[in-house]
Amino acid sequence: MARRVAIIGTGHSKFGVRNDVNIAELAYESIRQAIDEAGIEPSEIDFAFVSNVGGWSSEPLPAVVALEYAGLTGVGTMRVEAACSSGSAAIKAGYDAIKSGEADVVLVLGVEKMNESPTPTVVEFIGRAGNYFWEFQNFGLTFPGYYALYATAYMAKYGATEEDLCRVAVKNHYYASLNPKAQFPRKITVEHCMQSRYIAWPLKLFDCSPITDGSAAVILASEEVAKKVTDSPVWIKAIGTASGTSNLSRRTDFTHLEAARKAAAMAYKKAGIDPENPVKYIDVAEVHDCFTIAEIMAYEDLGFAKPGEGYKLIREEQTYIGGLIPVNLSGGLKAKGHPLGATGISMAVDLSRQLLGRVEKGRQAPIKNGVALAHNIGGTGHYAYVTIYSLDKPREA
Amino acid sequence: MSTQREQADMFFKQLEEFTKTMKQSVGIPLVMDQKTGVAMWYDQRELKLKFLISIEKTRKFFEALSEGKVLATKCKKTGKIYFPPQVDCPDAPDSEVEWVELPKEGELLTYTIINTKPYSFGHYPDYTVGIARLANGVQILAWVRETDPKKLRVGMKVRLEVVKREPEGYLTYELVPVEE
Repeated sequence: MARRVAIIGTGHSKFGVRNDVNIAELAYESIRQAIDEAGIEPSEIDFAFVSNVGGWSSEPLPAVVALEYAGLTGVGTMRVEAACSSGSAAIKAGYDAIKSGEADVVLVLGVEKMNESPTPTVVEFIGRAGNYFWEFQNFGLTFPGYYALYATAYMAKYGATEEDLCRVAVKNHYYASLNPKAQFPRKITVEHCMQSRYIAWPLKLFDCSPITDGSAAVILASEEVAKKVTDSPVWIKAIGTASGTSNLSRRTDFTHLEAARKAAAMAYKKAGIDPENPVKYIDVAEVHDCFTIAEIMAYEDLGFAKPGEGYKLIREEQTYIGGLIPVNLSGGLKAKGHPLGATGISMAVDLSRQLLGRVEKGRQAPIKNGVALAHNIGGTGHYAYVTIYSLDKPREA
Repeated sequence: MSTQREQADMFFKQLEEFTKTMKQSVGIPLVMDQKTGVAMWYDQRELKLKFLISIEKTRKFFEALSEGKVLATKCKKTGKIYFPPQVDCPDAPDSEVEWVELPKEGELLTYTIINTKPYSFGHYPDYTVGIARLANGVQILAWVRETDPKKLRVGMKVRLEVVKREPEGYLTYELVPVEE
């Protein structure tokens, strides 16, 4: 029989250039917090899913390295990879394990140590994340480059401007300035952003998420366990998933991410959310703003705005607190930082704390429905995960 | 001005030299973070990554480049054209594919100019990557021979050409803007 799944503990490290810790020490910052918060014994953990992309960091088996350091050797584990959405993939794996009855308590850890390699090497690794042989080998795309292809097509079709893209960065830096865990806790202006150098035309430095070290963890539990240890569980209400072609040349257009649309439709259907008007149900969202254009496309792919009108939402400041729907109150990937494997779990941590009214003043969304949404994309719409979190127990498991 | 590759190589060279003196003085390859002063170990092992990738089944594609042709595969049963070429048609698993030449004429769907480059592309000046839709509807991603954003626009006509990529000296293809 399918069972309900709750988040009973959360942990989050400071994001940034973390040359002060190795990968295991960085992971433990979040593991320790999550176990403490959950109020469980480490021995109660049935399985540990570890999200990590790697390549740029020295340990090829981060799952066992992190578990050994944390005194958790012995528990079953695996590394989970879905590019930048590895964290949400690991949460899905943990969710499925509990839902099916295979496990009662699961640790989901995300950790990434990107600054062990110099920037050109990191740029190379992420640039290869698409179709290596046909699109990287000869043409040297970069991650900003992939999204720039979308930005060019989007701006040409709908008339959005580089200033509109910068407005996303301004919002996310503003909220990061209120988040002590953020890599860049400082405000910027549209002018700052417009004056920054091009990384992949038309995307500039301030349109791009940084190279980040960081970790995040959640403890997931069955309803039975959750009931015993906490009176404030956050439930995983629904998960929608999809994938996109590895070759960008095989996409039908470059103004939206089809995989994100599919994942959203699946999540909305499972959660009983009207896809025509999802903002009526959702209090707060974290969306995958690896680049500013990605946040604008996310508004549309999630149904917060009609196709071609996403840039108007940010122009009218509708995604600030008090607007139509507050988005990326953590600072987003853009300014909180984007340690690939930790990102999806960081979204889960921040949204859980949002729903429980626990985040810093100034970036706390008003919680009316008790529903939050995480939109986590791997690669350039290669993988998509949309996860709905709620305070109310899902009606069906 | 040095290339991004030269700058990256310089970074490693400086690390090597610095850690050499550290190994002599304190016995380990110690590096201090320039901003925070925290201690780091400079890796004493180096891994070279260069792959051997099978092209046996799509060999025709690579052979045709020397004749100036860019090929795709077409499923005999469904008529679907595959680019990049693949030799199986999952929609009709019992069918075979045949090789067809891609038309040269196309239209640019989108583009970007890569300023910050991957390490292995760090020796090139800035380059433009675009996706074009060819006359038969097939889409192809390649470099576009124009790096001035003012001279590029979505919808512009481009021509698919086989070119030799230098300094490596191997055949590949490129999109060339057509004067209108």
